[in-house]
Amino acid sequence: MSEISLAPDAADALPGLSQPSGLLRWIASVDHKQIGIMYIVGALVFFVIGGLEAMLIRAQLAQPNAKLISPEFYNQLFTMHGVTMVFLVGMPILIGFGNYLVPLQIGAHDMAFPRLNALGLWLFIFGGLLMYFSFFIGQAPDQGWFSYAPLAEQPYTSHRGPDYWSLGLFVTGIGSVSGAINVIVTVWTMRAPGLTMRRLPLFTWMTFINGFLIIFALQILNAGLVMLEVDRLFGGSWFTPPGSPVLWQHVFWSFGHPEVYILILPAFGMISEIIPVFSRKPIFGYEFVAGSTIVIGFLSFTVWAHHMFAVDLGIGWHAFQSAATMLISIPTGIKIFSWIATMWGGKLRFTTAMLFAASFLVIFTIGGITGVTFALVPTDWQTTDTYYVVAHFHYVLVGGTFFAVYAGVYYWYPKVVGRMLSERLGKWHFWLNFAGLNLTFFVQHFLGLMGMPRRVYTYPDLPGWGTLNLISTLGGLISALAVLVFVVNLVWSARRGQPAGDNPWQAWTLEWATTSPPPPHNFEELPPVRSRRPLWDLAHPEDPDWKREH
Amino acid sequence: MTDKNKLSMFLFLLSEAAFFGVLIMSYLYYYPSYTGERNSPLALDPLLSGLFTIALLASSFTLWRAQKSTEHGQRGGQRVWLLATVALGAIFLGGQLWEYTQLIAENITISSSLFGTAFFTLTGVHGLHVFGGLLMLVIALGLALGGLLTPHRAIGLTMVELYWHFVDVVWLVIFTLVYLWPRL
Ligand SMILES: [Cu+2]
Repeated sequence: MSEISLAPDAADALPGLSQPSGLLRWIASVDHKQIGIMYIVGALVFFVIGGLEAMLIRAQLAQPNAKLISPEFYNQLFTMHGVTMVFLVGMPILIGFGNYLVPLQIGAHDMAFPRLNALGLWLFIFGGLLMYFSFFIGQAPDQGWFSYAPLAEQPYTSHRGPDYWSLGLFVTGIGSVSGAINVIVTVWTMRAPGLTMRRLPLFTWMTFINGFLIIFALQILNAGLVMLEVDRLFGGSWFTPPGSPVLWQHVFWSFGHPEVYILILPAFGMISEIIPVFSRKPIFGYEFVAGSTIVIGFLSFTVWAHHMFAVDLGIGWHAFQSAATMLISIPTGIKIFSWIATMWGGKLRFTTAMLFAASFLVIFTIGGITGVTFALVPTDWQTTDTYYVVAHFHYVLVGGTFFAVYAGVYYWYPKVVGRMLSERLGKWHFWLNFAGLNLTFFVQHFLGLMGMPRRVYTYPDLPGWGTLNLISTLGGLISALAVLVFVVNLVWSARRGQPAGDNPWQAWTLEWATTSPPPPHNFEELPPVRSRRPLWDLAHPEDPDWKREH
Repeated sequence: MTDKNKLSMFLFLLSEAAFFGVLIMSYLYYYPSYTGERNSPLALDPLLSGLFTIALLASSFTLWRAQKSTEHGQRGGQRVWLLATVALGAIFLGGQLWEYTQLIAENITISSSLFGTAFFTLTGVHGLHVFGGLLMLVIALGLALGGLLTPHRAIGLTMVELYWHFVDVVWLVIFTLVYLWPRL
């Protein structure tokens, strides 16, 4: 194991695009590794688009009373930025990682249903294209990513924007559900001999639980989309008088709160793989990390109305939602405690992957704490619909989900490509992104507390507002530079990076037991699985985990 | 459950339960405001719809027989029971269409009132599910007539059967809540 084998030519494992019919062999592929890569590349393309939208937003907001772009275009930008980052970047990139890694981590040769897998990928891509097509006819969605009624209804938005939004999300939603079913069935039926559910790598475990959140939450959204379109296309009154827009809020947030966890659980899984490997210790409290995921899954479907404290639902409801929301922070706290305890006293190696994982802990915790302040109804009344909210969820989604995904990319890229990413460029990427994120969003907490409303096209020249907004915009530019370094690293290292060998990080889970990149059927031979760390057992026959587990 | 096909259908139906759950809850959310002559479930005819409901329930039974015949390689039984299932499913759908035309003639439409919106959405989406199931059954019937639906392939029919029973159960819930409950 210690000897580094030469990386096989990537062409052995994956068809090259320059080969004859190479493109066709990607488009027509049902191989989980190719599909995973296409998910991730597709999500990265949308990430660049969504990022450019954010840059335009920040440019418009850099100074008070600016008129850089039109108000109509501004509304389209913040709507499509949100929709893109949630549905066309966050979800598909996590699903893509799941597609690539889950079969490898459980020692399987592919997903349970390879063709269904390809269907999910193409539904994601076509759903995204359908939504973006709206720009070409000049009727892009501009009602906000949550399409609040009655704004999204026919009398207030007579153009086709909300229809593109609904249909696009319906298409991607069906893709997500089919992918989630595939993951659950794969994990349940195709694990290698000896790999019990209690020995499952934590990334696979959390992707598995996430599958259940997806199949319920996305179908709740689908039902809402059907009702919205009944209103818009057939003149129904689900969310307009005599119906009530509050029902839309109930339906949307019944999906929306679980969606937050859909975007974070696989990220938790990545962190739970990376921190132990770079601390040279098994995860502290595996059962608690795994079990708390189930608790989060259940609770996430009970707290939707904390997005509705500004609606009068009666004091009892508000009190219940407030308490439940604080409750749901406990299982997340348990995880953070486990990760810190894993690092405690470990031999820490601060590779780029580990830097992202460690800073995830800090930033996500800040985002979590500002999140709990919303659970207090009076605080929520003060801060709702201000930039405080924007700051909060960007800390959670950028500092949480995206930093974990970056950590995951640095950690698994060698397995996928067969070459290491440049650590030098990686460190640049990390520090630029860390600085950019905090500059952009930390000041927005103050803007929010000073009462700056979110989603506004521009703002008056009040004391401090111009300066803080300019700082925020500069932070955005630094983040954009960081992403540029990242993309350069991805492309450059694919040709020039150090050959990775099978297991460059001396990790312990099954995906590292095969070549990098893996052969078409993943494994020539599987090591015996008798504990949570089969490759540790293989490398340390004198001190295997399974002897200590009993 | 270790059969991956059955497990996948089971998970799909779980997700469909969430889908219908939202629609049913939303129907009930407005229940207190279904008042007035053309804005009320009392405009529906539970007797007639009850007959079509029986047809749908019977089709679950015939499909179960068709599946058993397929497993045992009884091709005659398989064809007869499948044909009966398709016929009963078509009767249900036809009945629903007829009910719709009656209501529309009385000026109760998807845009006429809150009840109209809720009723047509809920039953319409269910009807589309029945239609999808019927398409699969027709394909199964075609395969059976061509002698291609062998015991070896019975799992395919089992999947359709699971789906069909589910759509049946959802209809029972809708029928009880929408047609029967207001009359109690
Ligand atoms: Cu929430």
